[in-house]
Amino acid sequence: MIEATGLTKHYGRTVAVDNLSFTVGEGRVTGFLGPNGAGKSTTMRMILGLDSPTSGDVRIDGQHYRDLHQPLRTVGALLDAKWVHPNRSARAHLRWLAAATKLPRSRIDQVLDLVGLGAVANKNAGGFSLGMSQRLGIAAALLGDPRVLLFDEPVNGLDPEGILWIRKFMHQLADEGRTVFVSSHLLSEMAQTAQDLVVIGRGKLIYQGTVDEFIANATESTVLVRSPTLEKLGEHLLAAGAGISDDGDALRVSGMDSAAIGELAATRQIVLHELSPQVGSLEQAFIHLTGDTVEYRTEEPALGTTEEGPTA
Amino acid sequence: MTTLLATERIKLFTTRSPWWSAFLALGLTIGFAGLVALNHNGGPLRVEHSQFGIQFGLMVVTVMAALAITTEYRFATIRATFQAVPNRTSALLAKTTVVAVLAAVIGEVAAFGSWATVKVIDGGGPELAITTGADWRMVAGAGLVFGIAAVIAVAVGTLVRQSAGAISILLIWPLLVENLVQLIPGAGDDIHNWMPFTVAGRFLNGPGPDAPLSAWGSLFYFAAVAAVLLLAAITAVNKRDA
Amino acid sequence: MSLLEAERIKLFTTRSPWWCGLLAIALPVGLTALIATQAGGPGSAEFDASATQLLTGLGRSVVMVMAALSITSEYRFGTIRATFQAVPNRTSALLAKTAVTAVPAALIGAVVGFGSWAVFRLIHPDPALALDSAADWRAVAGQPLVFAITAVLSLGVGILIRQTAGAVAVLLVYSLLVEGLVGLIPKIGDDIQHWMPFFAADRFIGVQADAPGLQELPLGPWGYLAYFAAIAVAVLAAGILSAGRRDA
Repeated sequence: MIEATGLTKHYGRTVAVDNLSFTVGEGRVTGFLGPNGAGKSTTMRMILGLDSPTSGDVRIDGQHYRDLHQPLRTVGALLDAKWVHPNRSARAHLRWLAAATKLPRSRIDQVLDLVGLGAVANKNAGGFSLGMSQRLGIAAALLGDPRVLLFDEPVNGLDPEGILWIRKFMHQLADEGRTVFVSSHLLSEMAQTAQDLVVIGRGKLIYQGTVDEFIANATESTVLVRSPTLEKLGEHLLAAGAGISDDGDALRVSGMDSAAIGELAATRQIVLHELSPQVGSLEQAFIHLTGDTVEYRTEEPALGTTEEGPTA
Repeated sequence: MTTLLATERIKLFTTRSPWWSAFLALGLTIGFAGLVALNHNGGPLRVEHSQFGIQFGLMVVTVMAALAITTEYRFATIRATFQAVPNRTSALLAKTTVVAVLAAVIGEVAAFGSWATVKVIDGGGPELAITTGADWRMVAGAGLVFGIAAVIAVAVGTLVRQSAGAISILLIWPLLVENLVQLIPGAGDDIHNWMPFTVAGRFLNGPGPDAPLSAWGSLFYFAAVAAVLLLAAITAVNKRDA
Repeated sequence: MSLLEAERIKLFTTRSPWWCGLLAIALPVGLTALIATQAGGPGSAEFDASATQLLTGLGRSVVMVMAALSITSEYRFGTIRATFQAVPNRTSALLAKTAVTAVPAALIGAVVGFGSWAVFRLIHPDPALALDSAADWRAVAGQPLVFAITAVLSLGVGILIRQTAGAVAVLLVYSLLVEGLVGLIPKIGDDIQHWMPFFAADRFIGVQADAPGLQELPLGPWGYLAYFAAIAVAVLAAGILSAGRRDA
């Protein structure tokens, strides 16, 4: 379990992390979500005792990272896959980490095989592709068989196969009862990987809870209905207090769930051709919540200025 | 060529390193001249007293010039450079020119600044006036030596492509190796007489009776060494993958 | 012990320490051999064992670069973060690195010291080169001590500066230029120079011990060695202190 309380980090006059409190539970994958520059990496560095908080405090299973004995046995982390010496082989990189933690050499081959780097273990890490570097970073994180795992943007730059592999891998780690904390700036990725979410923007906590709840809260769910007597249905719905909007040959109903709409149609003897709840888009939810906290905002691309212009 | 020079000028001055190099080179050289002047006693101060610390500036500028190219390799911006300017010879010549001009300017400011500092502190008798050709060479010549040394540094940096290696070579060579060769019995002095930085020093301080080259001949020799190294660097850059 | 083992693996699993070590030995010993072939011609001066050690400075400069690189490359490639992740007690981590840097430096110093002496004697057998006084032994067998302390000092500078180019430039310019130029300052120059760390190291080895102006010094050879070591420890302590406070 990771517990942050009032975590704050200033770099000069810039506030990177602002009074952040959250907990990351065991046996689940917890996503750490926020736009680029929101303070995710800084927070992770503070969890690992690399950066000292300006104020506040973060503990792992009740202990500060710096007080852990042989910390790699408790916490494994992949913050940046390029943090390896380019002229040192993958195996040698793991060897010194293992030596510092008094792990047997056999463990090195185990983790190398686990991440599929066994064949290139004696090659210099400088020649690795980003995907291979990520795998090496994950091998280093797993080396001490830790209960707590931290990954900073692990799917960045990976091909679809690699992304799928990491996703499965994290679920497996969580299923083994470990604490898995993964950061990302992509909600769609987190929706498929994480069960819980910690969402931050500009260093401040925006949301903590389950992914499902986050999506439900952040998006307005609507129900799509089609009927041969659409106009009549619309009148009844309005009268019952629902909001409606035209959607081609269908109505988009808000403020009333599909069960209530079905019952209303039955009592009024209206035939329904379709009655389907619509789940809001994840990206919409994310932008809706973090919209005010994006550090580097872009204007809408001015497509209209070209001669063709958007026609659709 | 003017575009290339402008590009390299922007690249150089938009990082901090030339600024602190210039600051350090001037501070150390002029500061040292001040120390010499403040503590001087016995006999009038001569022009050469003001130039004792010039080698500080020279070494700092050498490091700066080497970094100008090795950092491009380190941060892989060399690829962007060669993408923008596929003619690598021009690209490298433009960089060398910009760095050498900056080095020369730093050299002039360091030399005249040191001299002026000593003059201000000491008041300055006739011995401190820059009158003879030798006096002018000693002070105004610093810019030429700095500029040529920068060319050598860029060339070595291009050949080695690695900051630590290039800086080590560029500092250990003039400060240690050139002096140590004198220890070789017999041939040592002859070898020493043809060491580039030793020869450059003779341009500034006067060749002395035993030197094989005249003052300007010494400068020419120093420049020739730089040219050969630069040629080697250009050849290497064109042969290698970026 | 596990920390020493980790640092040992780190040092020996990249190529640059091997190259530096090879260079640190080959340069001074090779050039000493060259000098020895020319030694003893007509009119050449009398010499003793310390005359075989005149080129050891080359090896010492290379060791300086090697020691500085051992820490600055960790900062450059971000592996320092992995180090501090594995060993959150930064003082222990850096002390382990210090030990693992100083021991190879001492070994290199021993090979350079005895190697230079042996190769000189082999090429130019001269009874005057025998190690028959305390000064002779200091000159040759003292090299490992000087090399090790130099490595500690360089590592300290590397920890403070964290940047390869800066650390190497500061170390080389300081040791090869500043200490020499300081002597040119009138009046106070000599007094300052007598307290410069590498000047102190040279006094312990006894480089040109009979030169005029080096007769009345504030410390004896062992005093100078202790002074050199004290400076190195102070710089290292400053480095460790700042590494403990900084964000990695």
